[in-house]
Amino acid sequence: MKKQTASCLSLVVLASVFLFSCRKDPQLILEDEIVVQPGPSTPVKGFYLVNEGNMNMNRASLDFMDLQTGVYRRNIYNQANPTVVKGLGDVGNDVGVYGSKLYVVVNISNKVEVMDVKTGKRISQINITNCRYITFHKGKAYVSAYLGTVGDPSAPSGIVAEIDTTSLTEIRRINVGRQPEEMAVVREKLYVANSGGYTPSNYERTVSIIDLNSFQVVNKIDVGVNLHRLKADKYGDLYVTSRGDYYDIPSKLFVIDTKTEKVKKTFDIGVSNLVIDDNSAYFYSSEFSYITGGYVIKYGIIDVKNEVLTDKKFITDGTDKDITIPYGIAVNPYTKDVFITDAKDYVSPGTLYSFDPAGKKRYEVATGDIPAHFAFVY
Amino acid sequence: MTKRKFAFDGICNSFFGFSAILWLGVFVPYSSSAQTDSVKKANELKEVSIRTIKLSKRQLSSSPLQILSGKDLERLNSLSVADAIRFFSGVQLKDYGGIGGLKTINVRSMGTNHTAVFYDGVQLGNAQNGQVDLGKFSLDNIEEIELYNGQKSTIFQSARGFASGSSLYLNAKQPDFENGQTDHLKASIKGGSFGLINPSVLWQHKINDAISASFNAEYKNANGRYKFRYTNGVYDSTFVRKNADIETMRVEAGLNGKLPDSSAWTAKVYFYKDHQGLPGAIVNSVYDFSQRLWNENFFAQTTYKKEAGRYNLMVAAKFANDYSRYLNPDYVKETELLNNVYKQRELYLSVANRYKINSFWDVVLSGDYQRNTLDANLDRFPYPTRNTFLTALATQIHFERIDIQANLLNTYVNDKVEQYYSAGNKHMLSPTVMVSWQPFNQKEFRIRSFYKNIFRMPTFNDLYYTQIGNTFLKPEYTKQYDLGLTYIRAFEGKLLQQVSVQTDAYYNTVKDKIVAVPGANLFRWSMQNIGLVEIKGLDVNIQTAWKITNDLLLNTGLTYTYQQALDVTDVKLNYRNQIPYIPLNSGSFLLGADWKNFAMNYSYIYTSERYDQSANNAKNYVPAWYTHDIAFHYTNTINKQCFRLSAEVNNLLNQYYDVITNFPMPGRSYRFTLAYSY
Repeated sequence: MKKQTASCLSLVVLASVFLFSCRKDPQLILEDEIVVQPGPSTPVKGFYLVNEGNMNMNRASLDFMDLQTGVYRRNIYNQANPTVVKGLGDVGNDVGVYGSKLYVVVNISNKVEVMDVKTGKRISQINITNCRYITFHKGKAYVSAYLGTVGDPSAPSGIVAEIDTTSLTEIRRINVGRQPEEMAVVREKLYVANSGGYTPSNYERTVSIIDLNSFQVVNKIDVGVNLHRLKADKYGDLYVTSRGDYYDIPSKLFVIDTKTEKVKKTFDIGVSNLVIDDNSAYFYSSEFSYITGGYVIKYGIIDVKNEVLTDKKFITDGTDKDITIPYGIAVNPYTKDVFITDAKDYVSPGTLYSFDPAGKKRYEVATGDIPAHFAFVY
Repeated sequence: MTKRKFAFDGICNSFFGFSAILWLGVFVPYSSSAQTDSVKKANELKEVSIRTIKLSKRQLSSSPLQILSGKDLERLNSLSVADAIRFFSGVQLKDYGGIGGLKTINVRSMGTNHTAVFYDGVQLGNAQNGQVDLGKFSLDNIEEIELYNGQKSTIFQSARGFASGSSLYLNAKQPDFENGQTDHLKASIKGGSFGLINPSVLWQHKINDAISASFNAEYKNANGRYKFRYTNGVYDSTFVRKNADIETMRVEAGLNGKLPDSSAWTAKVYFYKDHQGLPGAIVNSVYDFSQRLWNENFFAQTTYKKEAGRYNLMVAAKFANDYSRYLNPDYVKETELLNNVYKQRELYLSVANRYKINSFWDVVLSGDYQRNTLDANLDRFPYPTRNTFLTALATQIHFERIDIQANLLNTYVNDKVEQYYSAGNKHMLSPTVMVSWQPFNQKEFRIRSFYKNIFRMPTFNDLYYTQIGNTFLKPEYTKQYDLGLTYIRAFEGKLLQQVSVQTDAYYNTVKDKIVAVPGANLFRWSMQNIGLVEIKGLDVNIQTAWKITNDLLLNTGLTYTYQQALDVTDVKLNYRNQIPYIPLNSGSFLLGADWKNFAMNYSYIYTSERYDQSANNAKNYVPAWYTHDIAFHYTNTINKQCFRLSAEVNNLLNQYYDVITNFPMPGRSYRFTLAYSY
């Protein structure tokens, strides 16, 4: 009988263990800070960095680097906006600062999140399905989106939406090529890189030109397949990247003269991302090698005045060996410091590197997942 | 730092683990004292105990075996096989939620592709992605579910049986006719939450003394809607899961026969068809979805088995044809919506020969041939064909107290493609050794151990999926070391009638793990052999049977799993962090009761906190979850006609949780069953 009480007792212990197992209540994840060496005082106060977050994880996040104090604040959106259901959203794809507002394009969440640039507090959300990139001109924001409507097989075109930056509403939209990506404004015209990425058997090859007064597509420039990046230099030229088809057609960088609306130069460099500051286009390229089965990553600078590849390097201290996948790039227009982010394996916290104009690493800090897009705050 | 944080994260978790050990502590001394008691009486009681303790496969298997069958299975709150296997130790069910959500099994953290699923003895293949959605297999006609770590504890099996890290066997109900009976009919209808309507019928007919036939059909329809809730402590929102509807139809027909030399044969055809919505990840501003999925699976299989005499033979053949279609209206191509169609075919032939050299020594030679093809309407698709030849040489030495099995599996794989590059030929040799040993005179206590070295082939998706596939891939290897014990004890005429314990400690490694890694941008991922995982685990299973009164019988089942599964791939990146979605502690508890015409079942499942990505940090933290389910059954038999009524409540406390981040699980739900059989 004793045995039975013992086993009964053990069963009770067991039952209580199971029934009262604990579980932490979900909690707001607050921002945290890291202090790095501050830079010289310039009109640039700092920059926002958007971490894309891996798709389906809802892990887009916003960091801010205060260049004057050296304080790097991570994950500031949630603390500033704790009431927003499921936070900043899924896959932050672009960021921009215009006037007193901060705009973050969140691709899978189908929205442009508008915040106060000082506080990071939400002002509004503009819903645009499958939105990709944002640019600004004369009080308007222009947002590219992969599709105008979903579910309609006869409507494969992408769009550019014009948004009033005061009322924060969409004023009008225009069809461009399929799956448009980056945009730039040169002399009252908006240039849009079309990718056609949803149809690999027939990628788009063109840059659409939109006259911003009439808001009509006035021309298309034939460039190369699967276009992505599009940056304007101060000479009225556009630097456009083509991702190739990942098989037979290699990725390239094209230079378009906006006066003639023609490609005037081609660099056989598989540029993944670039940023133009004054006379220099800072870029990195990563290309799959069928010989090694791996990726070869290069960093370089193109002189946009003379349109030639220079032998200058913006990383000179060997730090490039530590970077797995460069994913974002920015240049401080005053100090000429270069910022590079490393997305690593895309499912781990990334790293932000800062390099001085001599190419020496100033510091590195851990970021959110897939650090990618920069916007300077003045 | 991160490691320490994980180790101490949540005192409650250690409490759980500690309590489980404490409970074992209470239990083990007690049982050992009981044992010394029994030693004195051992001789006199020997005959009695042999009669009362029926050592089952669970105790005798030299590889860890867990079984759910018959009445236990019927009593459980389960709709599909996936619901039932949650009660096994060492298992994580990857569940995307809801009736139609993908449900796959990950045994001992080695990954889904290392578990083979066998349906009536023949493997269910999926050369495309290597995964079997266990949510698609209804429990309606399943008699028994067995999970073996390593492999089934017999050498007389097909070469396929030796070829996976672990094996799940789903065995359908077999016709069994008593004297004078020629027909059995079972009809049931289930309904309840999620708009579920699920009628089924099973008819078994005895054609003559040697042959019987069975026919089984099942239909299921559900809108799949359920409420779920997300909160961060400030916002607290409830939503309804949308685009989760599913409609399925399953028809099976089979013949079972015996030949005069007492060999047995079976033949079976299986047809399954479904159409479902695919509810995606719940992320900010996205609460509805438009993606749809269609599946059609057909197979025909036949087996023959001769076990009498010194020479034994087992033959199996199967042909399978699978179709699936994925439609994504959010993805508009140049002239159409994204609409992917995949067609797979499999041909499988197997012969196993056993020769009993003497009373204690058997040898087996098994050979399998398998041919898989995949056809897809993708751009630049290579249209692969895979020919697999498996040969297993196995031997078993079995004495009264020791059983040793060893085998060597030879695998030859040849891939051919119609265009682009193929992965070519691969050739592997993989050994397994298993031992089951009774160290003392008492039959109650046994020690078992196994070592197994096996691999999984890269799937067609890993190798050939447009833009992602990488034909340079090598197989993904696992090594398993297991040491365990089983103990069973019966108490004649006592309240506690039987106690049975099985526990195993193990160490596994996964080498050349196939993972998707990014290329130049997010559009261009590729598969690479880069992962290295080290797994240390402990599985505990305890079953008890109680006779409270002559009418009231209780059964309990407890499982506890500890798993440390560390990513040791790269010293610089998340080194020694727990791999995604593997909890340190998990467990389940089952209580079944039978009283006269009534039966009830209570079940509890606990999964401790996990991380959803490689880095073990606060952002990737997924909270623990636990669910309580309860079911009541009433059975009445009049003139051999049996009526059964069941009512189930699942997730009684309405806990909202995710198994996979952003794929919410249902809260409280109900299900009712009305069944008739004779």
